Amino acid sequence: MSTRSLPPTPAYVLRRIGFYVLICAITLFFAVPMLWIASAPFDASPGLGVHWPDWTLENFRKTLEHPYAMHSMVNSLLICVTTAVAVTAFAALASYALSRVRIPGRDALLYGLLLLSSVVTGTAAMVPIFVMMFQLGLIDSRFGVALVMTGGLLPAAIFILKDFVDAVPKSYEESARVFGASTGQILRDVVLPVARPGLATIMVWAFVNSWGNFLVPFLLIRSIDKQPGAVLMQTLTDEGGSVNLQVLPVFSLLFSIPVVVLYLLVNSRYGFRFHGGIKS
Amino acid sequence: MAGIDIEGLATVYPNGVRAVDGLDLHVADGEFFALLGPSGCGKTTLLRTIAGLEAASEGTVRIDSVDVTRVEPGKRGVAMVFQDYALFPHMNVSENITYPLKVRRVAAATRSEVASHTAGELSLQGLLERKPAQLSGGQQQRVALARAIASKGKVLLLDEPLSNLDARLRLEARTFLKKLQRDLGITTVFVTHDQAEALALADRIAVMDSGKLRQLGSPREVFARPTNTFVANFIGSTPMNLLPGKVAASSGVEGAPRPTDTTSSQNGSAASSAAVGLVSVAGGSLPAATFSTPVGAEVTVGIRPEYLTVASGDVTGPALRGIVVVAENLGTQSLVTVDCDGTLVGVTVPEETEPAPGTAVALTAPATRVLLYDHDSGELLARQPAPVA
Repeated sequence: MSTRSLPPTPAYVLRRIGFYVLICAITLFFAVPMLWIASAPFDASPGLGVHWPDWTLENFRKTLEHPYAMHSMVNSLLICVTTAVAVTAFAALASYALSRVRIPGRDALLYGLLLLSSVVTGTAAMVPIFVMMFQLGLIDSRFGVALVMTGGLLPAAIFILKDFVDAVPKSYEESARVFGASTGQILRDVVLPVARPGLATIMVWAFVNSWGNFLVPFLLIRSIDKQPGAVLMQTLTDEGGSVNLQVLPVFSLLFSIPVVVLYLLVNSRYGFRFHGGIKS
Repeated sequence: MAGIDIEGLATVYPNGVRAVDGLDLHVADGEFFALLGPSGCGKTTLLRTIAGLEAASEGTVRIDSVDVTRVEPGKRGVAMVFQDYALFPHMNVSENITYPLKVRRVAAATRSEVASHTAGELSLQGLLERKPAQLSGGQQQRVALARAIASKGKVLLLDEPLSNLDARLRLEARTFLKKLQRDLGITTVFVTHDQAEALALADRIAVMDSGKLRQLGSPREVFARPTNTFVANFIGSTPMNLLPGKVAASSGVEGAPRPTDTTSSQNGSAASSAAVGLVSVAGGSLPAATFSTPVGAEVTVGIRPEYLTVASGDVTGPALRGIVVVAENLGTQSLVTVDCDGTLVGVTVPEETEPAPGTAVALTAPATRVLLYDHDSGELLARQPAPVA
């Protein structure tokens, strides 16, 4: 604080100016796409640059009339809600068991799972997953896509959720047990309500991750009327094959809404509490 | 209301630790019973085994004469208060108190009646809508007690009920707890590592060490006549003097002062007609009630600082003589440490009568207060029964 009282040296002033210019440049870099998403949908002649829009809602009408655009949103919702619910349900049960029952080699199992899931799923596992789904007859099925994404997200979800469950004192459950509660009652009345912020976090996290997932539905879904928004977006071209600049900006805007809404909802109710899975 | 009978109980952990090791115990109906011991002595495990949260490896637990050794915790008729209170953070006070009833599917109207009634008993009126996080430590503890009481268990188990409260509140809660237990008349077992708490609250105390029972008795017995050096060391806010000594005479020593009527009535002991023996200890000697140990045997002499008297001037008869080293103020009394021929002996004196360091003093004690322990086993040496008059 003592430097404040002295008149700043020219070198100090120059350093500060340089610093703020750098910050502005970085901010601008990230702000431009946001500005584009905010302005282009309402522009009568949308382009790839950012400029003050010539206000119109024509683009929205075009998007709503698009044969697949809104349908793909429904597909996205279907797939992502299924995935989020499945991930949360399975991760809750698994993390509760892993937290409460001492299994030899439990930590090794957890870390192994996490490592393998992040290395193996995705691009590296494209072919085997395709073959497996093919043999299961789940190609071109939205349920199949949800299943694969659930599998991919589960290890990390279990890892994060186990920390939440670990933080629930055992004495809560023991206390309920002494008062005669059954295992089901303990889970319903004590463990789930106490772990609710963690469950909400995981559910939103799973939803957001599957919402933006391109690869899995791109691989597994053949028919265009079953494709989720993430895949459909790249096919939003006009008759000539160039990007449909009337539909694409609106679609992008609509596509980003669920994620933002979910984030705001959970943040206002619980606050985001990512403890991270770095413990034990 | 019911008693608890424990026979040959052992609780062995998977790693082979015998946390509770062959224990026999009877807790009477309506009794306030303390399990006391240092941390890791198995007292909490014993409590949890009674509750059914730990499985007994051997032996039986009976509550109200019913064998519950293999019975689920919820079906034993026990209520328990945990050290951290285990109040459910998402339920308000009323819901917390009546959770045991909700589990049994008692109607909501009855539940709210019980909640307000129990809250009234534990002065929690006006807090029923609060969440546990909005309560003070003392209030949280009372909610935990209220919940245990509302569950109408036959037996109340308390795990370190006062340890989470600050010192001032602890005294208040102690008084409150004792009064509550008296009013309810419910059989209560509580675990504590604080000997003062056990002495203050309990009707009987079980002192435990390494999963075994070291002494069982009323607070007075445990304080005045610890049956071994472990208990002697553990009980008492100023530790008992345990000094190496030798039996000088086993009884009827000529010239030894017989316990006068005043000391015997004061101590309420049966030793009034007993002849007196003598032990030499710390360069001096002390009288001791008759015992069967042969003359010359090595013993450990136990004497509480509270039972030693500082005598000024000359003393005839057995006494310890030494120089005052240091005096520590304990409030209404002071703990004076006296160097008796190289052995440090503690003695308490009333306030403002402390001898200055460097003063030569003599310490005397009534024979009934001098305890002799076997040098090797640390067990109390039996006094010979008083001769029949």
